[in-house]
Amino acid sequence: MGLLFHIGRYFAFMAAALRRPQKGRVFAQSTLIELEAIGVQSLGIVALLSLFMGAVIAIQTAHQVGGWVPAYTIGFTVRQTMILEFAPTIIPVILSGKVGSNIASQIGTMQVTEQIDALEVMGVRSISHLVLPKLLAALVIFPFLVVIAMVLGIGAGAWICNAADLSSFADYEYGIQIDFKAFDVAYALIKTCVFALIIASVSAYHGYYTSGGAREVGRSSTKAVVYSVVLVMVANLVITQLLLT
Amino acid sequence: MIKVRGVDKAFGDKAVLHGIDASFEAGQVNFIIGRSGSGKSVLTKCIVGLLEVDAGEIKYAGEDFTSLSTKEREPIRRQIGMLFQGGALFDSMTVLENVEFPLRMFADMDAEERRVRAMECLKRVELEGAEDRFPAEVSGGMQKRVALARAIVGRPGYLFCDEPNSGLDPQTAIVIDNLIRDLTHEYGTTTVVISHDMNSVIEIGDNIHFLHRGRVAWRGDRKGILNSGVEELDKFVYASDLMRDIKGKLQGR
Repeated sequence: MGLLFHIGRYFAFMAAALRRPQKGRVFAQSTLIELEAIGVQSLGIVALLSLFMGAVIAIQTAHQVGGWVPAYTIGFTVRQTMILEFAPTIIPVILSGKVGSNIASQIGTMQVTEQIDALEVMGVRSISHLVLPKLLAALVIFPFLVVIAMVLGIGAGAWICNAADLSSFADYEYGIQIDFKAFDVAYALIKTCVFALIIASVSAYHGYYTSGGAREVGRSSTKAVVYSVVLVMVANLVITQLLLT
Repeated sequence: MIKVRGVDKAFGDKAVLHGIDASFEAGQVNFIIGRSGSGKSVLTKCIVGLLEVDAGEIKYAGEDFTSLSTKEREPIRRQIGMLFQGGALFDSMTVLENVEFPLRMFADMDAEERRVRAMECLKRVELEGAEDRFPAEVSGGMQKRVALARAIVGRPGYLFCDEPNSGLDPQTAIVIDNLIRDLTHEYGTTTVVISHDMNSVIEIGDNIHFLHRGRVAWRGDRKGILNSGVEELDKFVYASDLMRDIKGKLQGR
């Protein structure tokens, strides 16, 4: 099917997803469940990757520039990398593999086992009922995860500098403070929110329009991750161009 | 009651339903029977609005369902209970939560009232004690009964059952048949059952439509089905040994 067909159907899907929930209490409970599924269950992987990435960036920076630039450059580079790119872009890309595939396969399975038909027959607006809590939960929790990733990555950089004797803590601390722009954090959080919406909605879209059986659910899950990652990269370029130039 | 007039439905070049006329009466168990691929499921999906018809009209109590928008259909849909062939239970919810779900969404009841009503329905399908289990933890037959409990918990005006006895043992099938008949008569429900099970048709069918190649080839009551004079229906009815035995006995009288 053509690209235009998918674009049109995606926007119709989003219009249906953003309709007012039919029952506030059910919506609130679903959103809490999604916050747990998307946020709390992703905390471990986010923390682990951020710690390793912060430490690795510190080591690489020391290796590249050691001896001919000031030692505080290590802290500066770790901070800038974590805030500008790793936490707000790479973490959502990783989450699109975990959260996106989970959303697509969950909704896809509901589609092929007629659970969505059951909702529709009852008079439940299935798209809004299933998708809006996931969108809201992703929008709320992704920025928290990204801030946690920033803090842990920068912290891990400090730890490795001390443990591997790459620089003194005072130099590292100076590096993470020098030329700090609060707008960089705002920029990171803005793009995180956009990526959260892309990942949750594109994954839900692919899951909802699954037809067939287990194989198609698997395909939808793969498509959800691939399209989410591509769109995140495109959006990253556009947002960066708009906000940083 | 539900009236279907001149309904056509095709998927691409493949026409599945051709000018279907049917009438499903309130307080009666209405059957749609026919061989696989005859259009039973497509017709049912058109009636409940899961598929849009290409032509024709479907009226619920005189209101043309096909001409209504999705939002305008919601009040009618809230009067529909449907038992899907595979159960279609929500696998993230327990049995009790599944049965309570339509009440949580649309009924003005507190938690205790919902629980009492849901437990009543589970009792009617002989599933007391299973309320805290998840669908994956119960057998296929039990899932079917949970799905029936969910379909009837809102006391629907219209009840659709897609192959309610498939996968059930004969004893449970009788319980389900009797339950469908009793609910229909008790609440004046317009019940539509899609089935291959001639035993159910003979036991509880009040009004029977036989579909053949996307057309209603015969319509009548359970007495008439044994001597319809329609060749395809005879082949369908007397395909099983049991029905041939019944025919032999009738002819021997």
